[in-house]
Amino acid sequence: MIPSIRQPKWLKALYSGYVALFFLYLVAPLVVVAVFAFNDSLFPSPPWQGFTLDWFFGTEEPKLGIFHDDAIMESIWISVFVAFWVTLLSVAVGTTNAFLFEREKFPFKDFFYILMLLPLVIPGIILGISILVFTNTVANWVETAFGFDIEALRPGLVLVILGQFSFIATITTLIIAARLRKFDRTLEEAALNLGATPIVAVFTITIPYLAPAIIGAAIISFLMSFENFNTTLMLVGSDAPLTITMFDRLKEGSTPALNAVSLLLMTSSAVLALIYIAFQKKAPE
Amino acid sequence: MSARTKLSLILLFAPFALWLGVLIIIPHIDMFLVSIREKIGIGQYRIGPANYMAFFTEPLYWNTFMRTALMSIAATLLTFLIGFPVAFYIAKVARGRLKTTLFLMVLLPFWVSELVRTFGWMILLRETGVISHTLQWLGLVHRPVELLYNDGAIMVGLVYTSMLFMVVPLVTTLDSLDDELIEAGYDLGGNGWSVLREIVIPHAMPGIVSGSIVVFMLSLGNYLTPVLMGGKNSLWFTEQIYQQFIVRFNWEQGAAFGFLLLFLSSLIVWLGLKITGQTLRETMG
Repeated sequence: MIPSIRQPKWLKALYSGYVALFFLYLVAPLVVVAVFAFNDSLFPSPPWQGFTLDWFFGTEEPKLGIFHDDAIMESIWISVFVAFWVTLLSVAVGTTNAFLFEREKFPFKDFFYILMLLPLVIPGIILGISILVFTNTVANWVETAFGFDIEALRPGLVLVILGQFSFIATITTLIIAARLRKFDRTLEEAALNLGATPIVAVFTITIPYLAPAIIGAAIISFLMSFENFNTTLMLVGSDAPLTITMFDRLKEGSTPALNAVSLLLMTSSAVLALIYIAFQKKAPE
Repeated sequence: MSARTKLSLILLFAPFALWLGVLIIIPHIDMFLVSIREKIGIGQYRIGPANYMAFFTEPLYWNTFMRTALMSIAATLLTFLIGFPVAFYIAKVARGRLKTTLFLMVLLPFWVSELVRTFGWMILLRETGVISHTLQWLGLVHRPVELLYNDGAIMVGLVYTSMLFMVVPLVTTLDSLDDELIEAGYDLGGNGWSVLREIVIPHAMPGIVSGSIVVFMLSLGNYLTPVLMGGKNSLWFTEQIYQQFIVRFNWEQGAAFGFLLLFLSSLIVWLGLKITGQTLRETMG
């Protein structure tokens, strides 16, 4: 149990051993993905055939490096494009939602708060199909009523962006609302007393205070969008984001090129994570 | 209410209503309407329960549904059993730097795409994989062993993916448990087991419930792990939904399946909250 309670030595050792084993289990799959990105073999599996960077920089088949693989490079850009819009939308709506639930009084507020949480308890696949069904209904209706087809409402990037935004907005709302709750409102009142209008007070006092949470929420949104698979799978058209491209390759049979992409993904996530932690540490209370 | 406060309420409520209404509520209503229509000819439909009846009369659908539910419950239980000692170690045994490091390490998989994690497990478990190779090298087996494409592999993947969502809430609740309470339990003649049962577990209950709910939902709605690690006969319900929607283009049936999955997931969440007397607000916020 806790250190202040006497325990037999073997029990303590056993416990520490278990925890160590657990962390081995936690990192093992990530380590093998990274290591086999450098294996000079056509398959990401042992035995070790020697070190190579071909899976990153190789210029011809069969060892086409990812930086020369047009399909992968294109899908990375598609993912960045999607993540950018999802982040923008989610942070904007997350901020207004935070003000709505922390500042305003309105009837059925508790009920609406529960509704706001709902996207988190709906499985991603179902969020995807419900949006697919609904946009299809609207598109068909427009087509019969007005005789033209709205391309944006058919499976494709617009739907992917909307699908991811539908649940990521809840997460940004929770992050930003948590910080807004800690805000000392007398600061805003001081600004008002000094002659600022409410809008000016919010933008010069409250929003800068919220900045760490807003940046944190943006990083989390970007990452969750980039990594999303379930919702995206149901809404994707001909332009495939990275996770979809990787999934298709994985089903065909994997090469270490997939490890190389994965390693690239992990490194970028790590960088984002470090930025996130830095911003959280700097945030004044 | 002055005109200005009314205006700010409207301006803050509009994005919220638009987001939730257009992307969550209306799509789900529409999906429900699609799920209760029966095709009687080309472009002709009538309202009826046929799609739901098909679920009960076709054993494959019913079995897949039950199997998904039971395996998700098993995954939740297993995640709790494996994760609890680790959470306790982080919250109560580890101190200072070690504590922060271990906690950050638990968060690690969150920063890595689910696809990459699954890929890592495939490299470890498959016939030509790392574990099979190691066992042969050690002389424990004499030919390659296939550890992938069975229910055990699905379980490993599900537990791995969900672990963080169990450990983090557990660490948070256990952190708030005063060490003196545990010491008092021992002083009053308790042993490790009775202190765990009478003091630690009751105190950690909110964390256990929120962790279990999230893990269960994630397992139920998972698509990647069963498809990639379970092989051809993995029979996961989300796969059925994908089949109906994308492969067979039978949206009516797929929508009905979507609703059944949503119903099961909501039911379990609701039961979990009810039994332990918690609210969604506390659990998610």
